Amino acid sequence: MKNRRSPLAATAVIFMGLVLSGGTYAAANAVVNHSNTSQAATQSQIDEGKKLFLANCASCHGKDGVGTSAAPTLIGVGGAAAEFQVDSGRMPAQASGPQMQVKPKQFTDEQVDALVAYVASLGTGPAVPTEEMIAANGDAVRGGELFRINCAMCHNAVGAGGALTEGKYAPVLSGVPNDHIYEAMLTGPQNMPVFNDQNLTPQDKKDIITYLKYLEANPSVGGYELAGLGPVAEGLFLWILGLGTIVAITVWLGAKSN
Amino acid sequence: MSEKTKEHRYDSGLAVVQSGTVKDPGIEPHRVRMTDKSAKHERNASRQVAAMFIASALGSAFAIYAYFAFPITTELGSVRSNTFFLGLGITLGLLGIGIGAVHWAKTLMPDAEVSEERHQARSSEENRARAIEIIKLADQESGFTRRKLIRRSLYGALAMFPLPAIFFFGDMGPNPTDVLKHTMWRKGTRLAKDPYGTPIKASDVTVGSVFHVIPEGLEKLGADKLEEKAKAAVLLVRVADGVLKETPERAGWSYDGIVAYSKICTHVGCPVALYEQQTHHLLCPCHQSTFDLTDGCKVIFGPASRPLPQLPITVDAEGYLVAQSDFNEPVGPSFWDRSNN
Amino acid sequence: MAKSTTAKKGGFLAERANFLDERVGVAGILKEFGRKIFPDHWSFMLGEVAMYSFVVLLISGTFLTFFFQPSMTEVIYNGVYGPLKGAEMSIAYASTLDISFEVRGGLLMRQVHHWAALLFVASAGLHMLRVFFTGAFRKPREINWVVGFLLFVLGMAGGFTGYSLPDDLLSGNGLRIIDGMVKGVPVVGGYISSLLFGGEFPGHAIVGRLYSLHIMIVPALIIVMLAVHLFMVVIHKHTHYSGAGKKDTNVVGYPLMPVYVAKAGGFFFIVFGVIMLIAATFTINPVWNYGGYDPSPVSAGTQPDWYIGWLDGALRLTPSHLEVVTGPYTWAWNILLPILISLVFLGVVAAYPFIEKWITGDDREHHVLDRPRNAPVRTAVGAAGVTFYAVLWAGASTDLIATNLRLSLNQVLTAMQILLIVGPIVAFWITKRTALSLQRKDREIALHGRETGRIVRMPHGEYIEVHEPVDKYELYKLTGYDSFAPTLARPNEDGKITVKARMRASLSKFYFQDRVLPATAVEIAAAHDHGHDEEPKAIEAKPVRKPAAKKAPAKKPAAKKAAPKKK
Repeated sequence: MKNRRSPLAATAVIFMGLVLSGGTYAAANAVVNHSNTSQAATQSQIDEGKKLFLANCASCHGKDGVGTSAAPTLIGVGGAAAEFQVDSGRMPAQASGPQMQVKPKQFTDEQVDALVAYVASLGTGPAVPTEEMIAANGDAVRGGELFRINCAMCHNAVGAGGALTEGKYAPVLSGVPNDHIYEAMLTGPQNMPVFNDQNLTPQDKKDIITYLKYLEANPSVGGYELAGLGPVAEGLFLWILGLGTIVAITVWLGAKSN
Repeated sequence: MSEKTKEHRYDSGLAVVQSGTVKDPGIEPHRVRMTDKSAKHERNASRQVAAMFIASALGSAFAIYAYFAFPITTELGSVRSNTFFLGLGITLGLLGIGIGAVHWAKTLMPDAEVSEERHQARSSEENRARAIEIIKLADQESGFTRRKLIRRSLYGALAMFPLPAIFFFGDMGPNPTDVLKHTMWRKGTRLAKDPYGTPIKASDVTVGSVFHVIPEGLEKLGADKLEEKAKAAVLLVRVADGVLKETPERAGWSYDGIVAYSKICTHVGCPVALYEQQTHHLLCPCHQSTFDLTDGCKVIFGPASRPLPQLPITVDAEGYLVAQSDFNEPVGPSFWDRSNN
Repeated sequence: MAKSTTAKKGGFLAERANFLDERVGVAGILKEFGRKIFPDHWSFMLGEVAMYSFVVLLISGTFLTFFFQPSMTEVIYNGVYGPLKGAEMSIAYASTLDISFEVRGGLLMRQVHHWAALLFVASAGLHMLRVFFTGAFRKPREINWVVGFLLFVLGMAGGFTGYSLPDDLLSGNGLRIIDGMVKGVPVVGGYISSLLFGGEFPGHAIVGRLYSLHIMIVPALIIVMLAVHLFMVVIHKHTHYSGAGKKDTNVVGYPLMPVYVAKAGGFFFIVFGVIMLIAATFTINPVWNYGGYDPSPVSAGTQPDWYIGWLDGALRLTPSHLEVVTGPYTWAWNILLPILISLVFLGVVAAYPFIEKWITGDDREHHVLDRPRNAPVRTAVGAAGVTFYAVLWAGASTDLIATNLRLSLNQVLTAMQILLIVGPIVAFWITKRTALSLQRKDREIALHGRETGRIVRMPHGEYIEVHEPVDKYELYKLTGYDSFAPTLARPNEDGKITVKARMRASLSKFYFQDRVLPATAVEIAAAHDHGHDEEPKAIEAKPVRKPAAKKAPAKKPAAKKAAPKKK
């Protein structure tokens, strides 16, 4: 907050970072930030959203989002939860399983906005964050500290993801758009716990996003990273490529020259 | 198979001694290399070796250049270039020498295998006899075998002399007292957010929330902050009504669906910090012990044996969550006298 | 003196040599060792890889000691790395960050050191496997096997003490696990933990103490053991693979000077070069990502370096609820069991040469290596051991296996537990059968030659495949090995059959019941001289003479083969 940059500048920085780290697909998402999400939803958006909801969501979540045995109620989950689930492609769900998978998203940005507006109109719940709330211009030092305490045990210290029980997992965070990170913390999708604003304040959340975006924009100074998976990846690499190379050399060394 | 020396024969054990084995035809004849036959190849090989050595020198020179040309600045990318180019130069310097030398040996030095006789490890009979003589003489002169008193007292002395060294380790640390059995939590200690120590109100903890908790005031401790934190870290979770299965003796330990459990694994002490909101499982990322938060944090999977200890909590007058007391059992991994109260 | 005047005329080399010899008498040493013969084979270089990695460790480690400060005093970081600026951390961690971000070549040296450490233990392990599977540990080299084993264990110790020095979150959690294990030791656990950490975990002492061990005690012990190891190699001379001209009484290869000096000397630079290349291009242990140690956070995928992995795996694969409380005292079997199993495994590895020697009763010196197939049960026991180790090792990464293969963590872990028991048995069986089959194939080739793929029609209409006899060198390689026969439990002087004798008898049965005898010259001659119709009899007749030889080799003794026809 010390340095006042325009949101556009932040987006540009993120964009460059993402391209650098190779997350082109994710980058496309980040750039297409929802310029109108912070504005009040119009009635026509809500009506459009309702239509989409009935066609795509109501079979599991019930008419008017009251929920069924197959899926929870959406009354009071807020626009943030809806945007996270739909914009990341997790919803509509493809198949039941231990965990809803990320897929290419099923709707256009306008349709997503309409759905978000509709779900938000069902009851009071966490709203979609504004541009400023998700901009990666917070304090990366605090962000790193909070990330390690609150997130790293599942998502790994560099956001490389990790295992949960019975086939569930915490996804990789590299390449996830800022708004999704914010919404996930706020709403606690699936097995992820909720980090409400009393637990991690909006500033804390911004700092965490800043830290994650810093990691994306600054690849390891030591050379190629082995997916951030730590000692296991290092050990495998050493055995297969390191020792493999050296054994190949010993074979050359021991072979007779012609 | 092996030819024996005249003095002794070794037992061949269970080996099947076959008669009429195939005769050893001796070392295979040497195959002549191109570099032995053709002067042109020889010249080429020697040029290749020299080229490797020259490349090596250039590589080392480049490393020196890179040391100055790619300095480390406050820009992180500079560390990357410094590491990369310096390393590349040294690599060339090393591999040039190595590959050149091996190529030299393989192409230009003789490659006909030669045989050398091998001697058995056992000494010759004369040497052995002489050695035995020396030992006997030494024994006789010193009376080592004969003078039992001296010998045995020497054994005793030798057995005793390293013992003081063991006691010297004594001051490496204090004797363990009952510190392992107590933590910083007291009656009325507020639950605060890790790492900054902000106290938590019960109303802050919504259903599905997880808070990583330290006792209030921990962040202000001095040198022993980490030791206290290593025991006092707590996980605070609120679950929906009716989810908790509470035993009668722990009925008052939670507050309105909010429970606090020690974060230190009862297996070997990793932080059990992974809370699954829907299944209410707590998972340890180190060895995968899994605890059921709704059922007193009992072990449902993995190598741990004991449930995570529960911290009894309530709220104070201002609505802040506070501990009712310390944990009623030692937290963390098992130790020998942990049940000795 | 006359010598010195003549030598001076010999040019550059001679002049230096003369200078040295007149002062320290190097000529005698050179005379003794200069033309020592070393056999050449790629697998003989693996130990060298380990030794050279160790030299690289000494070089890079010395550099690191100039900058690293093993203190756990808390400071506020004010260095270059942005995301930690202003964070509280120990001096040890801060100085590690400074090496990485503020010393030119510092990060490179850190990465060289860590990669070299991984390579050191890996190549030592591979070298051990080579020695095991070729029987190079047999008399007179049993002691050297034990010394090598100790070097491997010291390598693990050196690695672990080094891994813990940066005092970052990853290594701190590693130490926490060690503390938890130590505390689980009955009676003295609490005392040892308190002495080790200077009070309660984490304390302010452990990094400094590990530093003393890491830069002094462990490397000094490695150097001593390495010296003993090499000294014994010189005494015994190197083993060589079985083959024509290779005997227990000779050593066949190339002279130390100049060929081996060039090859082995050059190889040092190659190993160093490969480590340098990896270090320049691949990140290892990016400590800045983990932050300083704090007992509350932890990262998913917290694992030790690979060589400690099998111990971590043993901890993970232990079943739930093993703890037993007797009165006030707690038996943490969930910790003790994996520790005991690991110790027993290491014990068996260390004692293997003596175990095998006791079973075979073979007191001869062996300098010609076994081809692994010619010791089927030893090879199979080795494969079982490798499988056991590998499952434990994989057990340490159950979480990564689960996430990367989209499997359930719980199922992966349960599968590993089953595999830990079943895997070695299956590996044993497959390996033993494969080795025996290969031996039969060797015998077949020795007797009837190689299949050429050329089909010939005989005058009477029969089709046969022409077999080409192998040359005498190949023939010797295929047949030049010892076979062993099981023994019976015999009564001792008192007429009693001791438990020891019974055990030895059943072990010898386990080892040698199934075996294939090498083809003898007589059999080969018979196979060549007779028409192929008589061949079966000729082969069967020979082993029948030995009562113990139950397994008749060459089950289908080439009824359709007619190698000698070409004569």
